[in-house]
Amino acid sequence: MAQRIDIKDLNVYYGSFLAVEGVTMAIEPRSVTALIGPSGCGKSTFLRTLNRMHEVIPGARVEGSLTMDGVDLYGSDVDPVAVRRQVGMVFQRPNPFPTMSIAENVLAGIRLNNRRISKSDARDVVEQSLVGANLWNEVKDRLDRPGSSLSGGQQQRLCIARAIAVKPQVLLMDEPASALDPISTLAIEDLIAELKDDYTIVIVTHNMQQAARVSDRTAFFNIGGTGQPGRLIEMDDTRTMFSTPTEKSTEDYISGRFG
Amino acid sequence: MSNSPQLARPTAAETAAVAAPAPSSGAPGDGPRTPVRGHPHRDRAGRAFSTAATVAGSTILVTLAAVAVFLVLRAWPALSASPEELTEGIQWFPEGTTLLGFVGPMLFGTVLASVIALAVAVPVSTGIALFISHYAPRRMANALGYLIDLLAAIPSVVYGLWGVAWLAPRLQPAWAWLSETLGFIPLFEGPAANPPRVILTVGIVLAVMILPIITAVAREVFLQTPRLHEEAALALGATRWEMIRMAVLPFGQSGLISASMLGLGRALGETMAVLMILSPGLTYSLALLQAGQHQTIAANIANQFPEANPLGVSTLIATGLALFVITLAVNMAARWVVARRKDFSGAN
Ligand SMILES: Nc1ncnc2c1ncn2[C@@H]1O[C@H](COP(=O)(O)OP(=O)(O)O)[C@@H](O)[C@H]1O
Ligand SMILES: [Mg+2]
Repeated sequence: MAQRIDIKDLNVYYGSFLAVEGVTMAIEPRSVTALIGPSGCGKSTFLRTLNRMHEVIPGARVEGSLTMDGVDLYGSDVDPVAVRRQVGMVFQRPNPFPTMSIAENVLAGIRLNNRRISKSDARDVVEQSLVGANLWNEVKDRLDRPGSSLSGGQQQRLCIARAIAVKPQVLLMDEPASALDPISTLAIEDLIAELKDDYTIVIVTHNMQQAARVSDRTAFFNIGGTGQPGRLIEMDDTRTMFSTPTEKSTEDYISGRFG
Repeated sequence: MSNSPQLARPTAAETAAVAAPAPSSGAPGDGPRTPVRGHPHRDRAGRAFSTAATVAGSTILVTLAAVAVFLVLRAWPALSASPEELTEGIQWFPEGTTLLGFVGPMLFGTVLASVIALAVAVPVSTGIALFISHYAPRRMANALGYLIDLLAAIPSVVYGLWGVAWLAPRLQPAWAWLSETLGFIPLFEGPAANPPRVILTVGIVLAVMILPIITAVAREVFLQTPRLHEEAALALGATRWEMIRMAVLPFGQSGLISASMLGLGRALGETMAVLMILSPGLTYSLALLQAGQHQTIAANIANQFPEANPLGVSTLIATGLALFVITLAVNMAARWVVARRKDFSGAN
């Protein structure tokens, strides 16, 4: 249930604006890869190319190659909708569907696949996913309440439950804790540590300590200046990145000298 | 989100319902928690706003009450008259009927025409609005939106002329076909009238008339769907249509109800188009394709008013009162429906 992603010479454009240039990296299965770097260096842009979510923005496109276990995600016969069912995503701001109950939110992705599932199966999926997202004990008595009735941290875990309910191969998270309080943040970080046994996780974070705590590998992105494309500066084991990075700019960024 | 239900605040009744709580909710400058001590003018502005809101709110309530009182007072002679007095005093009053027996079929006709109009217009408007908001390329969307807004500006008498002279002859074969193939259903029982001066034709013309307003409001509501929720659906692997069903339609539901009520309000009160198209009758008939079965309150008032004697005028005003009540009831029902789903509306 976890797959390896290989990215080679990836350029991402918004119209004619080159936002991210020449990214080559490998993302290992069953591991957490953190993307760090100053604001505007293209972390979100790059992340969204991993499930083709950038394509919902008019004019956004990529060059280069991106394969998941050898399959070209951008092949002409590959449906972006199918890619997104394999590669789940959690956003910066929690976004449960406000008109759906907690249980319906969890089931949203499954209902999409048009699978008619029995009531008892549905109940099992809801429980498993909420347990998987460390939310079950808090919400098991009010599964039919609206998702928006939860706290921010709970909502974010509900979004994670919704993403893992469809059993994706990969889970992308774009600053999943940046809108949350410290306690909720810790809950999310614990959850990430558990989820990596089953999923390939890529997480964008602004928080150095968070990257150091949750990730196995860290990729540092940087930008030459405004209007310049973002680039991958270096990528290594997280421990190496935070102790003895090769690049001077990585060291500067990690030690808080800019960004 | 929060302003989608407010987009549609069509009738005095709705406006009053919204405006009423405004005074009590107070203005920003009010109350003890004013951290603007250094800015007395801001405080004054707050109080001015509060006063203005109170005045505006009460003005609307007073107007509404005045209309109701006026209707009741002027309708009183008819309301208190016996059926004999009505039959003798008014040339066009059907014999052997009470006032209620006179209003009833027209109320039925009014609601029937409006329901047909809504049944046709709401799905079509929703489709057009979704196309504009989520499918069409930007320039096409703008052009279409502009066109729809233009349609809203056409006077109803023009729609009436168009309905009689252009649309009705073209609908006749369809109605004839309907009565032949589906005639066993009471709704489509034949013979289909020719010319088709029937309630179904009226319903279609009314649908065209309320299409622009419903489409315009629905489009605005759909465009306000938070990107966040659209992306949530897309990231789960939703196609565009699935995303619309998951994020856009639920979000727009209450707005769509408001839009429909706006349209319904217009359809209920529409006079000219009905007057010009419908061959009137006073029955509770479900036969949509037969002439001389139905009449609407507004069209009847317009038809009889110029020739009516004082008791006749009073009777017509009584029917107007019935229309007023039903419009009010429709709006309150809509409000109730919207409020019932509030927990799930996303206004958190
Ligand atoms: N929808 C968009 N349209 C055009 N440019 C965009 C869009 N989103 C991001 N960008 C640009 O792409 C660059 C990278 O942005 P982003 O990926 O959001 O950076 P990060 O997530 O690292 O802060 C920025 O210069 C930003 O202005
Ligand atoms: Mg970002």
